[in-house]
Amino acid sequence: MKRIYLDHIAATPLDPRARDAMLPYLGEKFGNPQSLHRIGQEALEAIEQSRAQVAGLIGAEAGEIFFTASGSEANNFALKGMALARRDKGQHLVLSAIEHQSVLHSAKSLEKHGFSITLVPVDGSGLIDPADVRRAIKKETVLVSIILASSEVGTVEPLAEIAAVCRSAGVPLHTDAVAAIGNMPVNVVELGVDALSLAGDQFYGPKGSAALFIKKGTRILPLVDGGIQEGGRRAGTENVAGIVGLGRAADLAREALTERAARMAGLRDRLIDRLLSRVERIYLTGHREKRLPHHASFCVEFIEGEAMLLNLDMKGIAASSGSACTSRALKASHVLLAMGLNHALAQGSLVFSLIDDITPEDIDYLAEVFPPIVERLRAMSPLYTKFLEEQKK
Amino acid sequence: MIYSDKVMDHFQNPRNVGVIKDADGVGQVGNPVCGDMMTFYIKVEDNRLKDIKFQTFGCGAAIAVSSMVSEMAMGKTLEEAMRITNSTVAEELGGLPKNKLHCSNLGADALHAAIADYKKKQAAEGKPVEAEAAKEKCYCPYCEGPIEELKAICEHCHLEFEDCPHCGGLAKKGADSCPSCGAELGRH
Repeated sequence: MKRIYLDHIAATPLDPRARDAMLPYLGEKFGNPQSLHRIGQEALEAIEQSRAQVAGLIGAEAGEIFFTASGSEANNFALKGMALARRDKGQHLVLSAIEHQSVLHSAKSLEKHGFSITLVPVDGSGLIDPADVRRAIKKETVLVSIILASSEVGTVEPLAEIAAVCRSAGVPLHTDAVAAIGNMPVNVVELGVDALSLAGDQFYGPKGSAALFIKKGTRILPLVDGGIQEGGRRAGTENVAGIVGLGRAADLAREALTERAARMAGLRDRLIDRLLSRVERIYLTGHREKRLPHHASFCVEFIEGEAMLLNLDMKGIAASSGSACTSRALKASHVLLAMGLNHALAQGSLVFSLIDDITPEDIDYLAEVFPPIVERLRAMSPLYTKFLEEQKK
Repeated sequence: MIYSDKVMDHFQNPRNVGVIKDADGVGQVGNPVCGDMMTFYIKVEDNRLKDIKFQTFGCGAAIAVSSMVSEMAMGKTLEEAMRITNSTVAEELGGLPKNKLHCSNLGADALHAAIADYKKKQAAEGKPVEAEAAKEKCYCPYCEGPIEELKAICEHCHLEFEDCPHCGGLAKKGADSCPSCGAELGRH
């Protein structure tokens, strides 16, 4: 059976060119970048080259890139490190209601240390109004963190406008850009952000390799104390192979970006049009135009996401869902609830995210096998039966 | 795969899906907040379950559980059917993932609710009621021991509970989140 992978947001495949770049560092080039001898210096040169490559992808300077082990770590580092560094100015944080758990939970952990949080709402398409960010900022606010694009609903936020708001209020702005980097053009100077998280497994790099951009002059305390690695801001022997893979993937993404984004957007629109026209009572979640080029997300009424995923998997299609049943914690997606969806509809969440290999034929195959799956599950849904009965009245 | 082969079989080929228009009893449990909802319809003849149909809104486990229950109870006397429990259903399915044991494993409860509904209707028509109506079944969400009614303490593991304000399920006193629906409790 043909396998169609539509779960980019979970992980992308590793680009063979990134893997090839990594291999020597899992073999003969095993040195510790902090060693003074030749084998160590070789590793140091490699990670510094990666730093420049990652910086190149987002328009930063190499010295502003700090490697971490995951997007979650980058988000923790930004939230805790920046908030605690500015604690003398106040103890208030502003976030959006649709942040990733690693941002939300970092803020909650700061709450235990005396910080307070204001969550900025989103509208029905997941968009944040910069005016709401302005209203949320207080005299004591020391950090604003707003997601660049949601991996759950794909909406791309007006970050440049939000950055202008923060700048005029004199509060630093961090953005979780993990879902966006490598898939749409992002320039930190044009955006005007002070910190930005990115992760290699969202653009064909290896898992376990990510980075935080920290604008020169921005105050931040380390999460991991110890040696002088990463300029003393993140101690611990570097994951050299992972960093090299991230750097190569960043370089490849920079080269491919414009073409990739255009091609993905075309396929995405094909997917959205096909499903919306072939299934009744299916709703696009997130903004129709202001969305990630590789991202199409829906809620299907009267049925549940996990049951759809299992059926799709049997047809060779890998996708994901924000339904409560698919999360280990059995919670409905806070993103969908923040957008005003009711619990029943949020249970019908489905996310298709495209990788480079996807063809128009793959999309058509999905559009062909999906409607019967919906029909089958609706035939056993008490909610659908109730709906049909009410329609008859 | 997170599910056993038997769960996947019942999920792919669910037995007895549907509605009985002139059902003798109808039972419904769950709600979409927790993720799963099941409706059971029964026809009773000579104190036996002559026909059972169900509809389920929910995940793979919820659909498989409903199908399994309908198969286990078909043709059984009402008393035998009342002895089917959520744990025997899970066992018969070759086990369920731990986090699905409570929210999705409501099939026996739904069947019992349908039987209780049947008995209530019988009583209303003045026919003799053979057994007392189904008690509300409840399980300790931590040790899985049965609790006869909604009690504040589990007799098996001696945990103290409070009701989750979101789904009405039981949560350990002072717990951060509800083990049934996952809602956050306490602080806010």
